[in-house]
Amino acid sequence: MKAKLVLLAALLTAGSAFAASEADYKAAYAAAEAANKEAGQLRNQWTTTASTLAAAKKAADAGDFDKATEAAKEAEALAKASIFQATSEKTLWRDLEIR
Amino acid sequence: MKLRAVRFGFSALALAALAFVLPATAADKIDPVADAKAFKKFFYDKFPKLKPEDFVNGPYSMDEGLHRQWVEKEQFPPYEFSVEAGKEMFTKPFKNGKTYEDCFPNKGIGIRQNYPYFDEKEGKVITLELALNRCREANGEAAYSYVKDEMAALTAYMAYTSRGKPFDIKIPDDPRALAAYEQGKEYFYSRRGQLNFSCATCHVQTPGERIRTEVLAPALGIMNAMPIYRSEWSGMGTTSRRFVTCNSQVRGVPFNPQDDEYRNVEYYLSYVANGLPISGPGARP
Repeated sequence: MKAKLVLLAALLTAGSAFAASEADYKAAYAAAEAANKEAGQLRNQWTTTASTLAAAKKAADAGDFDKATEAAKEAEALAKASIFQATSEKTLWRDLEIR
Repeated sequence: MKLRAVRFGFSALALAALAFVLPATAADKIDPVADAKAFKKFFYDKFPKLKPEDFVNGPYSMDEGLHRQWVEKEQFPPYEFSVEAGKEMFTKPFKNGKTYEDCFPNKGIGIRQNYPYFDEKEGKVITLELALNRCREANGEAAYSYVKDEMAALTAYMAYTSRGKPFDIKIPDDPRALAAYEQGKEYFYSRRGQLNFSCATCHVQTPGERIRTEVLAPALGIMNAMPIYRSEWSGMGTTSRRFVTCNSQVRGVPFNPQDDEYRNVEYYLSYVANGLPISGPGARP
C-alpha cells in the first residue's frame, strides 16, 4: 500500500512538471504583450498576434493554463516575427522599388 | 499558425541574408521626377497595349472581358447615388450658414486633382478627406468617419466634378515635403502583416493577375478612381478605407485613417500618377 502511494505521488509530481500553471501563463502572456508593444512602437503589429493573445486570455479565463500558455508563447513568436519584419524592411523595401 | 510563423521567420532570414550579400543600392537622392518617370515606364512596358489613360480604370483595363463589364456598368453606375448625395451635402449650409464651398478654392469644383498637397505651414500632407473634415470642424460640425458613407459621398462628388483633369500633385522645395514623399514610397514598398505583403506585391509585381477571384489593379492610376464603389463592400469606400482594408487583408493591424503613413503613401501614389486623368468615383468588383 505504502509503495503504491509513493508511486502515485511520484506520478503526480511528474505530471505537474509538464502542466502549465497560472504563473507560467502570466509570464508567457507578459512576454508576448511586451513583444507586441515593441512591434506597435515600430508601427508594425499583426492582427494574428492580437487574436492569439485574445485566445490565450480566453483559455486562461476558462482555467486551461496549458492551452493559454501555449497560445501566449505563439503570440510572442508572432510578435517577434513582426519586429523582425519591421526592422529588416527598413532596408529591404528598396529591393522592390521601381527605378 | 506556429508553423506559419516559423516559415515566415525562415523566409525573412533568407531575405535578410540576401540583402547582406547584395551591394547597397539605396538611393542617395530623393528624385520624385525620376521616380514618376520610371514608375510610368514600368507599367507602360508591362502593358504595352494600354494607353496611359486606361490605367485609371484599374482591373477593368487589364482584361477585355472585364473592360466590357465596365462599359456596361458605366451605363448605370453604382456610385451614382453617392455622387447625388454628395452634391446635396456639399451645397447644404452648416448650422453657421457656411458650406463646404467656403473652405475650398473654386468653391470645391474641379479641384480633386490637386489633392493631396503638402502644407508648408503645417509641414504635413493634407488629403481631400482630411480637408473636408477640417472644414466641418472649423464650422462647428462633427467630423465624419473617414472610411465610407458621407465622406465617400462628398469625395465622390468632388471627384466627379474633376473627371478628366490630370493629377497635378506638387512637391514644394521643402525637405519636409520630400521626406513625406519618400516615407510614402517606403511604406508602399515595405512588406507588412503576417502574409509579408507590401502594397507593391499586389499592385506592382502582379497587376492583372488574380488573387482568388479578384483581378489586381496596377498601382499606376490607382488613386485616380477614388473613391470607389466595390461590389465586395456592397457600398462606397474612400481612399482611407482602401488602405485600412489592404493592411487587414495581409494580417497587419491597420493604422487610424489619416495617420501620417496613409497620408504619405497617398501623396506618393498620386504624385507618380501625375498627368493621368481623374476617373473617380470608380466602380470595382
